[in-house]
Amino acid sequence: MDTPKTVEFAHIGKSVVIKGELSGSEDLYVDGTVEGTIELQENSLVIGPNGKVRANVNAKAVSVQGKLEGNIRASDRAELRKTAVAVGDIVTQRIAIEDGAYFKGKVDIQKETARPNLSATKPESQAAGRVTAVAASGTGGAPASGAAGSSPATASTAVTKH
Amino acid sequence: MASVTHSFMKLFRGSSADSSQAHKHAGAAPRLTRRSSGLAEVSRSLKSQEPLCVLDIGSTSATNIRYLTALGHKIYSEDLLEGSTDPSLVGKDEQGHPALDSRRFLDDNLVYPPAQFDIVFCWNLADYLDESLVRPVVGRLWSSIKPGGMLLAFFHTREAGPDAPCYRYHMVGNDTLEMQHIEARRDLRKGPTGALHTAIEKSFRLQRVFNNRHIETLFRDFGSIKFFLTRDNIREVLVVR
Repeated sequence: MDTPKTVEFAHIGKSVVIKGELSGSEDLYVDGTVEGTIELQENSLVIGPNGKVRANVNAKAVSVQGKLEGNIRASDRAELRKTAVAVGDIVTQRIAIEDGAYFKGKVDIQKETARPNLSATKPESQAAGRVTAVAASGTGGAPASGAAGSSPATASTAVTKH
Repeated sequence: MASVTHSFMKLFRGSSADSSQAHKHAGAAPRLTRRSSGLAEVSRSLKSQEPLCVLDIGSTSATNIRYLTALGHKIYSEDLLEGSTDPSLVGKDEQGHPALDSRRFLDDNLVYPPAQFDIVFCWNLADYLDESLVRPVVGRLWSSIKPGGMLLAFFHTREAGPDAPCYRYHMVGNDTLEMQHIEARRDLRKGPTGALHTAIEKSFRLQRVFNNRHIETLFRDFGSIKFFLTRDNIREVLVVR
């Protein structure tokens, strides 16, 4: 989840400031300032190197290169790159933290639930449309390039939040 | 103790101005492996079936997070050394000298309910933390640890030298650690005593050397203390509340 290469990502530039609730059903790249909440559910969020986010974040995958103050709930994976400054709790299935990242908070690694067979449960047209996305998410757990100790956690545990 | 250790370190530094050895470490940050008797002792508790609440106050390590969550424990991570370099913490004491505001530091860091943690990994924090923060931090840790809970800390011996590099510790086995030289994220600044807080380029610098008596005094509120001597000029200390 580097800087998005495709137009699939909605892009919030570094001069943009947003205060309030941000929600959507497409991948989002934030290089500006966001205060409030970010709800992407089944999509990815990338906080770019200039991004300053003060919000609780709920997305499928979250990658932080800039600053994030708030809790992360990532149903698939969370990733803190080496320039990341993240303060808050993380709840996810898989996590990757590059050496050099600053993190302050709690990590809950939640059990991975069996994923439904998409091609079996979706209509054929939708299943075909998901091929690219499924393939992409299959590689999503790979460690960030060149980062020691950044491979995703494979072990899991269920924990309760205090 | 502060003035004694400071004077000692002043002499220590004067005798070794060349920090080229530390510069060599600053680049690639390779990982060195070492055996840890202290970790071996803690690992007995980590193997328990009960999920434990663990606090790691060393430099952020994804390896530790994976290792501990794989064992079913809850992990909290807080890089106190990095947190102590926040420029907004620097104020002035009664004499007008620069000083770190320990109250403010504790307002922003180590904010946990009493008796929350079963195990705290302190690593070598006390050797590199600013003098004014060491005792307040240990006091706060005492209240955050459950009765019977453990704290593992490492201290350099004099033989380690004034330029002993500051490491990030990764747990890779029951009694095995990997050490990786860490770099400060922020620029250099003067510490309260006038000494550079991070004097070796972007790395952290040893602030003092604790002897056994200093360590016992530091952890006097804890129930028991156990020393493990190692070959690499580090004393491992396991204290139980």
